[in-house]
Amino acid sequence: MIEWTGVIVQGVLLGGLYALFAAGLSLIFGVMRLVNIAHGDLIILAAYMGLTTTVMLGVHPFLALLIVMPVMAGLGYVLQRGILNQTLGDDILPPLLVTFGLSVIIQNALLETYTADPRKLDGGGIEVASIDLGGLAIGVLPLMTFLIAVAVIAGLQFVFYRTALGRGFRAVSDNQDIAQLMGLNKAHVFGLAMALALAVVAIAGILLGMRTSFDPAIGGGRLIFGFEAVIIGGLGNLWGTLAGGVILGVAQTIGAKIDPGFQILAGHIAFLIVLAVRPNGLFPRVDH
Amino acid sequence: MSAATVTRSTRASRIAMVLGLLGLVVLAAAPWWAGRADMRLMGEIYLYLSLACLWNLMAGYAGLVSVGQQAYVGFGGYMLFALTVFAGLHPVVAILLGALLAAAISVPVAVLIFRLKGAYFAIGTWVVAEVFRLSFAQIQALGGGSGSSLPVAVVKELGAKKAAREATSYWLALGAAVVVLLAVYLFLRSRRGLALTAIRDSEVAASGLGIDIWRTKLEVYVVTSAFTAIIGGLIFLQKLRISPDAAFSVNDWTAFVIFIVVIGGIGTLEGPIIGTLLFFALREVLADYGTIYLMVLGLVAIVVMLKAPKGVWGLIRDRYDLELFPLSYRVRQKD
Amino acid sequence: MPELLELSGLDAHYGDFQALYGLDMTVREGEVIAIIGANGAGKTTLMRSISGLLKNRSEDVRYKGQPIGALRADQVAELGIALVPEGRQLFPSLSVEENLLIGGKVGREGHWSLRAVYDLFPILEERKRQASTSLSGGQQQMVAIGRALMANPDLILFDEISLGLAPVVIRQIYDALPGIVGQGMTAMIVEQDITKALSVSSRVYCLQEGRISLEGATGEVSHEDITAAYFGMDT
Repeated sequence: MIEWTGVIVQGVLLGGLYALFAAGLSLIFGVMRLVNIAHGDLIILAAYMGLTTTVMLGVHPFLALLIVMPVMAGLGYVLQRGILNQTLGDDILPPLLVTFGLSVIIQNALLETYTADPRKLDGGGIEVASIDLGGLAIGVLPLMTFLIAVAVIAGLQFVFYRTALGRGFRAVSDNQDIAQLMGLNKAHVFGLAMALALAVVAIAGILLGMRTSFDPAIGGGRLIFGFEAVIIGGLGNLWGTLAGGVILGVAQTIGAKIDPGFQILAGHIAFLIVLAVRPNGLFPRVDH
Repeated sequence: MSAATVTRSTRASRIAMVLGLLGLVVLAAAPWWAGRADMRLMGEIYLYLSLACLWNLMAGYAGLVSVGQQAYVGFGGYMLFALTVFAGLHPVVAILLGALLAAAISVPVAVLIFRLKGAYFAIGTWVVAEVFRLSFAQIQALGGGSGSSLPVAVVKELGAKKAAREATSYWLALGAAVVVLLAVYLFLRSRRGLALTAIRDSEVAASGLGIDIWRTKLEVYVVTSAFTAIIGGLIFLQKLRISPDAAFSVNDWTAFVIFIVVIGGIGTLEGPIIGTLLFFALREVLADYGTIYLMVLGLVAIVVMLKAPKGVWGLIRDRYDLELFPLSYRVRQKD
Repeated sequence: MPELLELSGLDAHYGDFQALYGLDMTVREGEVIAIIGANGAGKTTLMRSISGLLKNRSEDVRYKGQPIGALRADQVAELGIALVPEGRQLFPSLSVEENLLIGGKVGREGHWSLRAVYDLFPILEERKRQASTSLSGGQQQMVAIGRALMANPDLILFDEISLGLAPVVIRQIYDALPGIVGQGMTAMIVEQDITKALSVSSRVYCLQEGRISLEGATGEVSHEDITAAYFGMDT
């Protein structure tokens, strides 16, 4: 019994990481209806940036965030204004194919720079530390990851619904022309949204890099996990995204417990079941 | 008084047809004039051309942008191995049966992923491909995660001698490309093709005309999946070895195909042909650079998408009003 | 009075379709201009052109002497032109108060604030937490007007503010107009309801098929002139 409880707790904590993969994706889609195929590769890019920072400056990965986050945010803004804004419109092909091209470019640029060897961020003692909870050992790093995910989503929720920036996001999402009349330059607003999304991607990348080893090819898989969390949770609902991540994480750890080869497959199957039973996700956003 | 007639063919399209037939004869005779390496390359070109045409039919005409066609490439490949090894079928029969199975499995898949719209549909197709990959990796009889080779006895069914086998394999690839091109062309000329064009131009208007959009898209998805499985079978008949990572590779069977179609010209029949030729030309030039080559490809695709969304063929067509595969109707004055 | 807005030879296009042909128009500070005309005469296109939603030749539209025809709508808004769009077009995911606050985003100084808007339309203060879509049509129109006022514009454009509203509500809104333009704001009012438009304006322009067919001080144009200009009939 305690064994299975452990499996489920692990899954919940893993879900935090997936929610972080998903949050940026969800934010971007909410504001500008853009699905970024390169999202997973950007997560891996952030992990590699963390690697370079920790190696060059000899700092802990958490401290590296102080550099990686602003750099990724800046990259997001430039990417959005330089390229992605040009792809937005009624046709879904341009954003899809352009971000697909970006994904291939990032992957191969990482391959060229860092080779295909798996790398890892050195988190030090925190990686092996655990707390004992009534016979249940909970890893400190997974627990921190989950708490960070909750904090990030609460933060995004706050920005979205309680600040002028979030008001701008929602207004542009509602009606681009009228938002422009209010003095909101949508090109800039979209840039800010992508900057925020990639700041979250930076956090996700660093946490991923401390948890497991990574190589340039695994971005696609992270995109898929994030996407599954978004769909399971329901489009346009940030807390739903966390729930989606948790469900995905639990499905994966249960699958892995049955047979290590089933881990990822079990997650996909959970996703397909939700898609079959509740096509709008478990917690779709209710519009006023 | 001069009478006007409505026609689809143009002089360019008739010349193209004659040249195409002549070219086909020359290509069919390749085993007598081409070297082994050239034949291998040409076979690969035909198979990529077929994949590009099929992906273009889905994305460029039916609005189904998939990044998961590797699901059916790999499925077709695995069916070739499974049906020849376990059921003792002839490879060609195995490939055709594999196509039927792919069609059958694509129906429930479509019912599920058609619930996702636009870009989310794209990622959904990717998830399906991953499910296929992970599932086949679980089948120990087919070599599990590390894959297996096609037994010599099966290979010999294509011909006793190596040269004969290679010629057969070449002709199968050429034949498949011709069939796919013709099928896509005839489909687009048919009533259903017109319905598809109507949907592409405006879903609202199309449904107002009584076109069942969901059904039309489903038909395209199922037919494309079956043909893609055939191509997958032929690809792995050439390779003689299969593994989950190779069979369900998103880079090999989807990324390249997307680049081919985008660069050549999405939503046109000529685009995939031009794109395939450009793709292989670029590959021959830059093959030694590996990763750089892929980055260049990605960059070219982005630039094309932003600056010339109709691709190279679009540029040519706008300039010279050419149409090699006559799809549109033209009004002509008769003297 | 100095000129606030000057249109000279304004052409406007939607793709291949030309909607406005060489419009010349002058609006002086403090004036209230009525723009009348039949459906499709180009009234809304005119509003979109001035507010920057439709891009034109830069020199065609001058505001305080500065060419603004090619600016984006957000840049025009920063300069002090606000539009109350046809059909109200509130932001559905924003509450009433948030709709008003986003109107103040350009951050220009002036008389108008949340307080002032609530004083003008007290009902909005009661409903400030509600979703903007839950309000009645008239109340939504008040939000749309308040949202434009929050920018403290020097020139405010009203596009069909009485469309689809009950007569009693229309009266209520028009009764509030003097309180708005009384603050020294210049206004252009597009209306199908000619009587209403004339009752609050000092000058009138009539549009017909993208051209100006009549122009004059409100008191000086006759009913016959307007009928002729409106329908394009010779009388």
